[in-house]
Amino acid sequence: MRYNMTVSPDFPPDHIAGWYIFNTWLQRQLNESIHLELYNDFQQQRTAIEDDQIDLIYANPFDAAILVREKGFTALAAPAGRADEAVIAVSVDSAVKAIEDLPVHCSVASTDDPDINLIGMIMLEPADISPDSVQVHQVDTYILVAKQLMQQKVDVGFFLAEAFDNLSAIVKSQLRELIRSQICDIRHVLLAGPRLQVQQQEIQQILAEMGSDPKGRDVLANIRFDSWEILQQEDTEFMIDLMDTLVS
Amino acid sequence: MRDMHEAEVVSPCEKVRLTYQDGTERDVLFNDQEVPFPDGKLIVSRTDLKGVITHCNQSFIDMSGYGEEELIGEPHHILRHPDMPSAAFGDLWQTVESGRKWHGYVKNLRKDGRYYWVYATVIPNIRDGKVVGYTSVRRKPSRSRVDECVNLYAEMKQAKG
Repeated sequence: MRYNMTVSPDFPPDHIAGWYIFNTWLQRQLNESIHLELYNDFQQQRTAIEDDQIDLIYANPFDAAILVREKGFTALAAPAGRADEAVIAVSVDSAVKAIEDLPVHCSVASTDDPDINLIGMIMLEPADISPDSVQVHQVDTYILVAKQLMQQKVDVGFFLAEAFDNLSAIVKSQLRELIRSQICDIRHVLLAGPRLQVQQQEIQQILAEMGSDPKGRDVLANIRFDSWEILQQEDTEFMIDLMDTLVS
Repeated sequence: MRDMHEAEVVSPCEKVRLTYQDGTERDVLFNDQEVPFPDGKLIVSRTDLKGVITHCNQSFIDMSGYGEEELIGEPHHILRHPDMPSAAFGDLWQTVESGRKWHGYVKNLRKDGRYYWVYATVIPNIRDGKVVGYTSVRRKPSRSRVDECVNLYAEMKQAKG
């Protein structure tokens, strides 16, 4: 039987080769055929999920809710010590010094990353800003979010914190971080679908040993992970409950 | 749940005896000093079906002023401020016990007698079709909505007499 794996489309482009290396390594360890399919955007990936085409997924926390609660996926692991945090930034010349300085009808540049957009909107709430009151300029990448700010086409931009931190020094010098989330409990998770349930324990054992195995560490380095933290199903159920409180 | 003590509270403060939904009572001490909700953070806790705290995150500990060991095993109403009308909590419990999500603006009481406002959401934790507990997440509220609630809650308490 051939299984299908995919990765949340919000991973950095320079990790593409790393995910193929991880996939190859996992196939050898499991002695199973796993096809890696990378989707260009969340909508394409969501369609594949709805069509039950996915067996293994490194999922955005927003999608984890659907996968676990509606599609019967179970939690395998999450990269150790990492969480999805968001940054709201402005142009370096902006007069806005705090969220409360923003107008209710402000303009926002963002990608289609659902959890970052959710966290970003929550951080705007203290200024009475809601999804109904903002004008969203959706772009394909975080570089383009930065460009929208530098060209002063929008008031604020939403970034995955890691993406913001990895912007070049020249770009960052033209932006100013307004606020950064410190939620800690929201993160991407590796989930197994119903057809992979039999191999779940074996996959978790393989992942648990990766961080202490020299070859495993090399594979992980390509996707900038140190090791995997093995998850209990309740860990992910808790995160999904938390996400549920944040959705109106 | 023990009474609050003056030695642990920022002075000057007032003292009232609160009676909670479960019939227990406690002396609470409070003052008029607000602690602002920290930007970018969420306060997260979980309780069992009776509202007893089973999990709290670091932001909960930092903002409440209690240590984790003082919170776990205590009822969530350890944070109840005397300015909050009991009807607000009645609505909360009625909503979540029927399996629905509750939202509201809440003034919470810290261990040191100061207070902080939150926008709270509480949901039932459903596992295998059964409610096994509740998750509460608090985030930074809109100041204009807080100002509305200050007046509304005062009216609700006054109306109750």
